Amino acid sequence: MCLAIPGKVTKIYSENGIKMGKIDYSGTINTACLEYLPEIKVGQYTLVHAGFALSILNDDEVKKSLDAWEELGEIIKDIDNKS
Amino acid sequence: MKYLDEFRDPILAKKILAEIHKTVTKPWVIMEICGGQTHSIIRNGIDQVLPKEIELDHGPGCPVCVTPLEIIDKAIAIAGKPNVIFTSFGDMLRVPGSKKDLFMVKSEGGDVRAVYSPLEALTIAKNNPKKEVVFFAVGFETTAPGNAMAIHQAAKEGIANFSELVSHVLVPPAMEALLSSPENRVQGYLAAGHVCTIMGWEEYDPIAEKYQVPIVPTGFEPVDVLEGILLVVKQLEEGRYEVENQYLRSVKREGNQPAQELISKIYKITDRKWRGIGEIPQSGLSIREQYSAYDANLKFSVEDIQTNEPELCISGVILQGLKKPNECPAFGKECTPTTPLGATMVSSEGACAAYYKYQRMGK
Repeated sequence: MCLAIPGKVTKIYSENGIKMGKIDYSGTINTACLEYLPEIKVGQYTLVHAGFALSILNDDEVKKSLDAWEELGEIIKDIDNKS
Repeated sequence: MKYLDEFRDPILAKKILAEIHKTVTKPWVIMEICGGQTHSIIRNGIDQVLPKEIELDHGPGCPVCVTPLEIIDKAIAIAGKPNVIFTSFGDMLRVPGSKKDLFMVKSEGGDVRAVYSPLEALTIAKNNPKKEVVFFAVGFETTAPGNAMAIHQAAKEGIANFSELVSHVLVPPAMEALLSSPENRVQGYLAAGHVCTIMGWEEYDPIAEKYQVPIVPTGFEPVDVLEGILLVVKQLEEGRYEVENQYLRSVKREGNQPAQELISKIYKITDRKWRGIGEIPQSGLSIREQYSAYDANLKFSVEDIQTNEPELCISGVILQGLKKPNECPAFGKECTPTTPLGATMVSSEGACAAYYKYQRMGK
């Protein structure tokens, strides 16, 4: 039940006084409530659970964690080549 | 899809797996809290490629599974009333009550509808002013902001024919209950990434300290789960017990504060019974008095609920990580996804459903 799917915000609008957004999930568009992310902007990615956007996905953190593993892979390769 | 594909990369997964194999020297029992993580582990075969020293126990993080039978029976009774439109996330409709499930109520003529969001239930209420619309508000901290928003909005717009039957549960008290049990085997936790997205991880610091267990908020893709396991194993091997965040792209220490504020405004913390586990103090949410007009528990009187749990089902033991689904004598025989005895076989996040779907049939 706690699953959430990443999608890109393509439009922000108001409906019955609630901040809503159109979210693009790789071509499938659906709506989500953006009320809990007052700072979210069009073009950003968010995690959506049960029609509510929970967080703005952080590109820098993704890059940092993937780069760390990339570097580790290079180190492992070096060790393997030397042994 | 961006933010998914990177974390399903098999080459990266192999690197992390190699690092886990290199790090582990002793046997460790690690519990993944969330049913979504359990499914990721079983679907991707992570349990089958880990070093033999690491045992993964599956935790109680499936709200569908832990909703008490009394509340399921109450939902069924309310849904059967003539003037009611009963709305729920789809997962709850097949959970067996003592005598039937919500789908059977629908087949008997009840107006039972699956919704994608609690705001959809609110729209149904607006469009059907002569009917009472009840939403089955089940879930962990991840789902609470949406369910709180539905009540907040109903109050703001003056929608009086909307109410929630609330059975919300909270993760940290359950983690603590498991750790303080004399039967506990858990030495480290993968905490539920989306629960932490809402609540942050400050409330885990005292648990890690008190019980000396590493706690790692972890995501749901195979790379996330493997990295979460690696972070726990490193801590265990080094004798550390800290909260360390794996799910950096979504979880912040302080969580989502606007969501936390609305949860606290609408709901209060209460004792809650967990199906198969029993009552855990301060482990649930209920509607505050000032919003009692939206409390289906108060709006509908339902008498004489006599619950009847199937004797064969050991889902309570499974939810505590004390047995694996394929150790249940009824697993795959009397109990299958089409003839489930317990909620762990019904829910898309239940451990029994995962073992059955991915054919972990045991000996």
